[in-house]
Amino acid sequence: MSETPVLSVKNLATSFLVDGEWKSVVRNVSFDVRPGETVAIVGESGSGKSVTSLSIMRLLAPGSSRIEGKILLNGKDLLALSEKDMRGVRGNDASMIFQEPMTSLNPIFTIGRQISEVLTRHKGLSKQEARAETVRLLEKVRIPNAGARFDDYPHQFSGGMRQRVMIAMALASKPKLLIADEPTTALDVTIQGQILDLIKVLQEEEGMSVLFITHDMGVVAEIADRTIVMYRGEAVESGPTGDIFHYGQHPYTRALLSAVPKLGSMQDRKWPTRFAVVDIKTGETAEPQEVANTVAKGKTPVLAVKNLVTRFAVRSGLFARQTGSVHAVENISFDLFQGETLSLVGESGCGKSTTGRSIMRLIEPTGGEVSLDGYDVLRLDSVGLRNMRKSVQMIFQDPFSSLNPRMTVGAAIAEPFVKHKLGTAKEAGDKTADLLRKVGLSPDMASRYPHEFSGGQRQRIAIARALSLDPKVIVADESVSALDVSIKAQVCNLLLDLQQSLDLAFLFISHDMAVVERVSHRVAVMYLGEIVEIGPRAAVFGNPQHAYTRKLMAAVPVPDPARRGIRRGISNEELKSPVRPLGFEPPKREYREVSQGHLVQVA
Amino acid sequence: MTVIDQAPAAAVPKREKSRAWRKMKRNKSALVGTVIVLFFALLAIAAPFLPIPDPVATSWTAIRKAPSAAHWLGTDDLGRDILSRMIWGAQASLMAGIFSVAIAVCIGVPFGLIAGYFGGWVDMVISRITEALLALPFLIMAIALAAFLGPSLMNAMIAIGLSAMPIFVRLTRGQVLAVKTEDYVEGARAVGLNHFEIMVRYILPNVFAPIIVQATLTIATAIIAEASLSFLGLGQQPPAPSWGSMLNVAKNFLSQAPWMAMWPGAAIFLVVIGFNLLGDGLRDALDPREA
Repeated sequence: MSETPVLSVKNLATSFLVDGEWKSVVRNVSFDVRPGETVAIVGESGSGKSVTSLSIMRLLAPGSSRIEGKILLNGKDLLALSEKDMRGVRGNDASMIFQEPMTSLNPIFTIGRQISEVLTRHKGLSKQEARAETVRLLEKVRIPNAGARFDDYPHQFSGGMRQRVMIAMALASKPKLLIADEPTTALDVTIQGQILDLIKVLQEEEGMSVLFITHDMGVVAEIADRTIVMYRGEAVESGPTGDIFHYGQHPYTRALLSAVPKLGSMQDRKWPTRFAVVDIKTGETAEPQEVANTVAKGKTPVLAVKNLVTRFAVRSGLFARQTGSVHAVENISFDLFQGETLSLVGESGCGKSTTGRSIMRLIEPTGGEVSLDGYDVLRLDSVGLRNMRKSVQMIFQDPFSSLNPRMTVGAAIAEPFVKHKLGTAKEAGDKTADLLRKVGLSPDMASRYPHEFSGGQRQRIAIARALSLDPKVIVADESVSALDVSIKAQVCNLLLDLQQSLDLAFLFISHDMAVVERVSHRVAVMYLGEIVEIGPRAAVFGNPQHAYTRKLMAAVPVPDPARRGIRRGISNEELKSPVRPLGFEPPKREYREVSQGHLVQVA
Repeated sequence: MTVIDQAPAAAVPKREKSRAWRKMKRNKSALVGTVIVLFFALLAIAAPFLPIPDPVATSWTAIRKAPSAAHWLGTDDLGRDILSRMIWGAQASLMAGIFSVAIAVCIGVPFGLIAGYFGGWVDMVISRITEALLALPFLIMAIALAAFLGPSLMNAMIAIGLSAMPIFVRLTRGQVLAVKTEDYVEGARAVGLNHFEIMVRYILPNVFAPIIVQATLTIATAIIAEASLSFLGLGQQPPAPSWGSMLNVAKNFLSQAPWMAMWPGAAIFLVVIGFNLLGDGLRDALDPREA
């Protein structure tokens, strides 16, 4: 390919002014994006990938940031342009879409107006022309019934549909280059599949180049012609995507790739398997170890849920009368044995988190039975409930909001122990030190505050706190979802180790199919508040029976560049809502046993 | 599991109290605030022991005299020594400021906590009452309450405190609503803590910063409110001095005896600044997130 590149970045170096000193954030980044090509920048949080894209668009605050090097877009030297000329470039030569579809549209204008404004501004179209063109664009991004939705406001669209609107807006000026900064990260997996497909199709139709920024190796494998791996502000490796995946040289690339969970990689394994550990300096990989069987099948399950129902009232009108209910959890039943991991998977709004909270009675369930370590949970009074807390604990998703910022780590870990009067102050101190060691931290960290730790370390602290009561069951609500891949692998390994040494049962709530495949013994797939399929991990992943399970698995991006170009042909279907009118009686469900313990909803 | 987890966490472990104190010491403006507040507080405490004239002794020979060697800050319309009245007045004014704000905080913050934390009808009742009280102008309410309680400095402070309370209820409630949704609050419930422990250990420390700032600002308002009440005869009872009452008298003689207004005005100004700086410094020092 001898064409002149659309975008050419040479020796990009960006620094931020921090406390009067220039701190280098991105160094030495050079790459080209050729016409019609997709280049991915991949890296973990803090690697400088987003700063790179913002530097290209010159969207960083001018006073406190400094961009050096050379950036050529269509032959224009962007760093030499005045701010006024730069405004002509943004949204015209190059457009950008962002991660958060919920906040990137202005809520008080109709989407039609927001898109046609771009057209009247940049292209000088008349109002009628702009309207016609906008409808054409909305059709182009496959928004059903586009003409009728012109006058709709952003809140009337779902997240995926808003991202489509954002893409339509970005395409309005027919840019040569589309910069997509984590455009699918906030979306559910089936919606992510739709958007990735859409970007691929549009790229073919429009012949534009795409600079795709992401942390997800699966997405990279699926969309990018070439890939740049960034690590701590530097581009450590770049090349054709296939080469990076198969012959990646840099230890960091290898570490990143080995930490990426791959759906389907567990076919021949019987038990959950640790992630491979890669030495970041040498790039040497240790073989991933399978974990020994920990499940105490045959005994009484430590947690038994029968016909659990949780509904929330939807109120509206002047007197806040109930007009409907959210059927968040609808008649679900399952058992969890000591030493077992049962995963609840599903997309947002399917009721998986509500299930976890209902079991702990952090949310009051509407009906059903929960028996946990001998407690009849739904009939406990406040004293019984407090005692029950010793048996079940929870680990949350966001390690940045799950610890009280005003409490030292040691105090936070010791608090449950002290509260339940399990020992003296000295014993609490010993316990804390012991727990810190167990989760791979050092006991002298106890006097520090949460903000002094990284996300992965905080998640370890949250785990230590959950363990301080020696619980039998741990509800892990998306506990590794917010972590970077390499940290995610470490925390998963820690959970597996703890399960083995402490004989814990995990209710592992996650939307990440690949991680779930790795860590679980059994899997339950939830859809609109119901379990549609439940069974041993190998059975559910190897022989999915329910249509939704199959759809969910087909949508997961697989980190294998050979699959590039595959179109899923996912329909534009949106996630359905579990809100029902008053008096709605859920249909009676029947389950069919596919193989032993593998049940599928049939009606 | 050793790949990248060794993120550079801040160095040495620190004890909480010494940390707050060290941060306070490093913060120049907070130190200035502390010095100002301490200076006036010491003056107020030391008033009986200082070699100054009686603050209420009048002298027909020294009416409205400009500052001189005999009367460093001049004299007022009854010939009383202004320096002496300033020092004695510091007692009334500082007490008015601190006591009334303490009353407002001690009543307002718990109600705000309860309203924000429990929500529902509890919140409805507390919030509606708060809004009704906020609809009354601050000073009008203070005057009405003070008149109802009877004229004395103590009653004036209670009246001012009660009038300032609704602001704290509303401020606290708003902050609690934001903090309540954090995972660590749910985590505290999951661990088995009761509502009181969650409110005191998890929510209160995380909503305290804006309350401290509001409190220091309200101290200023309270000092001025006491002045107004004194003027109406509802605060410090004459002839006993307070800065506010001195200021109120002085405004009749602004052109003939500007010093009468200048000194109490400057003192109120300084104390207000002092409390504000101190409050800002405290807020930062007590926040473990700030290095």
